[in-house]
Amino acid sequence: MAWETVVGIETHAQLRTHSKIFSGASTAFGAPPNTQASAVDIALPGVLPVLNGRAVELAIRFGLAIGATIAPKSVFARKNYFYPDLPKGYQISQYELPVVLGGSLTIALPEGVKTVRITRAHLEEDAGKSLHEDFHGMSGIDLNRAGTPLLEIVTEPDLRGAKEALAYARALHALVRWIEICDGNMQEGSFRCDANVSVRKAGDDRLGTRCEIKNLNSFRFMEKAIEYEARRQIGILEAGGSITQETRLYDAERDETRSMRSKEDAQDYRYFPDPDLLPLAISEEETARIRAGMPELPAHKRERYAAQYALPSYDVMQLTESREKADYFERAAAAGAPAKLAANWLNGEIASRLNDAGLEFGAVPLPPEELARLLARIQDGTVSQKAAKDVLAQMWAGKGGADAIIEAKGLRQISDPGAIEALVDGVLAANAKQVEDYRAGKEKAFNSLVGQVMNQCRGRANPVQVNEILRRKLAR
Amino acid sequence: MLNASLTELSAALAGGKLSSVELTGAFINRIKSLNQKLNAFITVDEARSLAEARASDARRAQGAGRALEGIPIAHKDIFCTRGMRTTCGSRMLAEFDSPYDAHVIERFAGAGAVMLGKTNMDEFAMGSSNETSWFGPVRNPWDAGRVPGGSSGGSAAAVAARLAPGATGSDTGGSIRQPAALTGICGLKPTYGVVSRYGMIAFASSLDQGGPLAKSAADLALLMNAMAGFDARDSTSLERPAEDYGRELGLQIKGLRIGLPREYFGEGLEPEVRARVGEAVRWFESQGAKTVEITLPNTGLAVPVYYVIAPAEASSNLSRFDGLRYGHRAKEFSDLADLYRRTRAEGFGAEVKRRILIGTYVLSHGYYDAYYLQAQKIRRLVARDFKQAFGQCDLVMGPTSPGTAFALGAKAADPVQMYLNDIFTIPAPLAGLPGLSIPCGFDAAGLPVGLQIMGNHFAEARMLGAAHRYQQATDWHLRVPAGTPL
Repeated sequence: MAWETVVGIETHAQLRTHSKIFSGASTAFGAPPNTQASAVDIALPGVLPVLNGRAVELAIRFGLAIGATIAPKSVFARKNYFYPDLPKGYQISQYELPVVLGGSLTIALPEGVKTVRITRAHLEEDAGKSLHEDFHGMSGIDLNRAGTPLLEIVTEPDLRGAKEALAYARALHALVRWIEICDGNMQEGSFRCDANVSVRKAGDDRLGTRCEIKNLNSFRFMEKAIEYEARRQIGILEAGGSITQETRLYDAERDETRSMRSKEDAQDYRYFPDPDLLPLAISEEETARIRAGMPELPAHKRERYAAQYALPSYDVMQLTESREKADYFERAAAAGAPAKLAANWLNGEIASRLNDAGLEFGAVPLPPEELARLLARIQDGTVSQKAAKDVLAQMWAGKGGADAIIEAKGLRQISDPGAIEALVDGVLAANAKQVEDYRAGKEKAFNSLVGQVMNQCRGRANPVQVNEILRRKLAR
Repeated sequence: MLNASLTELSAALAGGKLSSVELTGAFINRIKSLNQKLNAFITVDEARSLAEARASDARRAQGAGRALEGIPIAHKDIFCTRGMRTTCGSRMLAEFDSPYDAHVIERFAGAGAVMLGKTNMDEFAMGSSNETSWFGPVRNPWDAGRVPGGSSGGSAAAVAARLAPGATGSDTGGSIRQPAALTGICGLKPTYGVVSRYGMIAFASSLDQGGPLAKSAADLALLMNAMAGFDARDSTSLERPAEDYGRELGLQIKGLRIGLPREYFGEGLEPEVRARVGEAVRWFESQGAKTVEITLPNTGLAVPVYYVIAPAEASSNLSRFDGLRYGHRAKEFSDLADLYRRTRAEGFGAEVKRRILIGTYVLSHGYYDAYYLQAQKIRRLVARDFKQAFGQCDLVMGPTSPGTAFALGAKAADPVQMYLNDIFTIPAPLAGLPGLSIPCGFDAAGLPVGLQIMGNHFAEARMLGAAHRYQQATDWHLRVPAGTPL
């Protein structure tokens, strides 16, 4: 009997504000401990929170990007618990009435696209950090992160298996960066995912008992953790056991999840509306103003690319992986690059160069207009695809523009039929044996002759023409 | 000088008949001689106060006198003050030095006032008798065997005994008005949001409101002019144009409609309090005011509702006192949970613990709907009662407290009896409305009785105007306790 893994993801995206959600302290990463903790952040007696309007604006941007409802009134609530990195003894979050309700995100899967429903997204503050090293058996507390604005984004249990969960996480990661609400830096903790995992028999429409997996601080770990957890649950069920609802921690070193706390010891957070903050009212005018300032969204770009450039959907999905890549493509196309050729190069040669170097699309060292010039030279037959890759390597290294490199390196393609005929004639005259073999039906001999021609011209002859002329001459 | 109004003191200072150093020194000397008996102040810093007074005199010499230039003011120890400890009446903060000043403290400093010291209070403002202070009870100047009321008991006793010409307080369920009534002075709880809560240590955030205590309504108006005002650091602070709280001191009493809530004159009201309040109301009638009997039907639910909402908010507000960053920390502990447990067991007194327990309980899973949500609904009904009442009248009058000052220890063992003492002061903060208490006579034992005047939102100036007209015709507010003669 086949098993199905059901996953829902909760993501904490750190919003790109200069100051904290309820205080004026800086949110910059990496400052010495407790140097970015104001009176409000350390919860001195008598201090009060004041909501950062920019954080609200970024949450609205997200809501608009996923087609959600922006709540005209949402409420900040206190989540009460004691912990050393939580200075007030409560976290200000949103509980019953979140700012963003509903919406969805479309993800690309090998078998096609899938729509993942978003339950809600709410604003909340981050806690500080406990430091357990270097304090001689005691713990240090760094409150720089306390009060950093977060958007918690929660999906419905719509994802099936680790691969889908990963595709969702990547798509969400791309989206929050696309709309510039989060820098997506996973090492610094700006984008953190927890996964709710359960398994059930294929065809069963009831959900199994879930476990929440925490500490998934990279996409790779997320995939491995979900896979491990599904195996664990299936193992228990197949042995006749049952799953206990609990929170589990992923240990990347041992590639396993471990129980952190069960539902029974779940704390009672005693949520109630924070009386220090008024309900958050958002007018339609404000939403409209924010909507007007939004960049074109990936979904819209995909539709447009398919129509405007007649590109297949696979190319389109890849081009819209990030806003930088899409912008690069559009600039190249605007500078005259043939759309399909540009798509092939951006998704192929350039993507793999970036991948090898571990770089993002914003780091392409040549402007799209330069790439367009190179692609135009392929299109007009000046250089072959193969030679163009060498030209790109030179351009990548900052050795100049496409035309200059083609000239300097003598990479201009030979497309003059007379010149190619002369080359072919010379090779045929010098290789009577191969000519004979070919005519006797040995197709391999043809390839050898092509190779000889290309060798003679150091690969510069237009290969289509070489093929054609060679066949014509051999046919006689 | 010690019994002069703020207006008189300002005139004397402005006319050069008196320096702030002399005035401040006189109050400091009086504190020195009487505070041991009254325990009204927790912290006094003579050198600092006199230095501020000298600086004020210097400013005045340069012609830069401001509204309260050189006037010494006492502050309830709930307002954070830089350079002078802020204890909130608790062992938890017994040695706490705030690195910043509360908005109210900034406002008084900005108006030229001199800080006279920090006054005693019920621990974290939780109490109606000032007996819950870690620093010991405050004595009522009218009878040292009795309580001054609470929680702003130190400020009330200080003004009553003329240890300060004016003081600040805070009111959550009556903490300004009830001690004002029990000590024969005036106290105003403003409309919620008029005075910034920034730097005022939170008890119950949706109810807490700072306000002044003074000898007369006219003095309250001057203090309100300094205290009130928008503060962006408090999200519940109201952004409104500045107002002169003394603008209606010449109020025409003729034609004023005074509502007398039936529920405020029922059972449980001491006969002499009923009599004195009745006499005051008759004075207003004699001046042409019209009285109308009104009903505030949910008055009886106000105390239980308050004792759900206020502890709920308090249980969360007081979570920050965990011994980690500031304040008291237990000396010995085995682990983190033990550190929290011991720190809070040692740092908080019994009443604070009781309210944290009540608050934690009513917010707990499975009880929230039955208690907290239900209380919020009834709170809206209480507000609706007032809304309807103010359709029939301009001001509401009644007793501030059902009785006069009670003996120390008399109600300490019975929290419910203690809580019921606030039955007439709790409704106004539940509705966010302003409330004022002024003296209106004495009982047979010579203890003061308070008249409460309530108004609609932002009706402070009118309430003060009515009170001022009454005080022009009476001298209850000028009486000085026999035990603390001038």
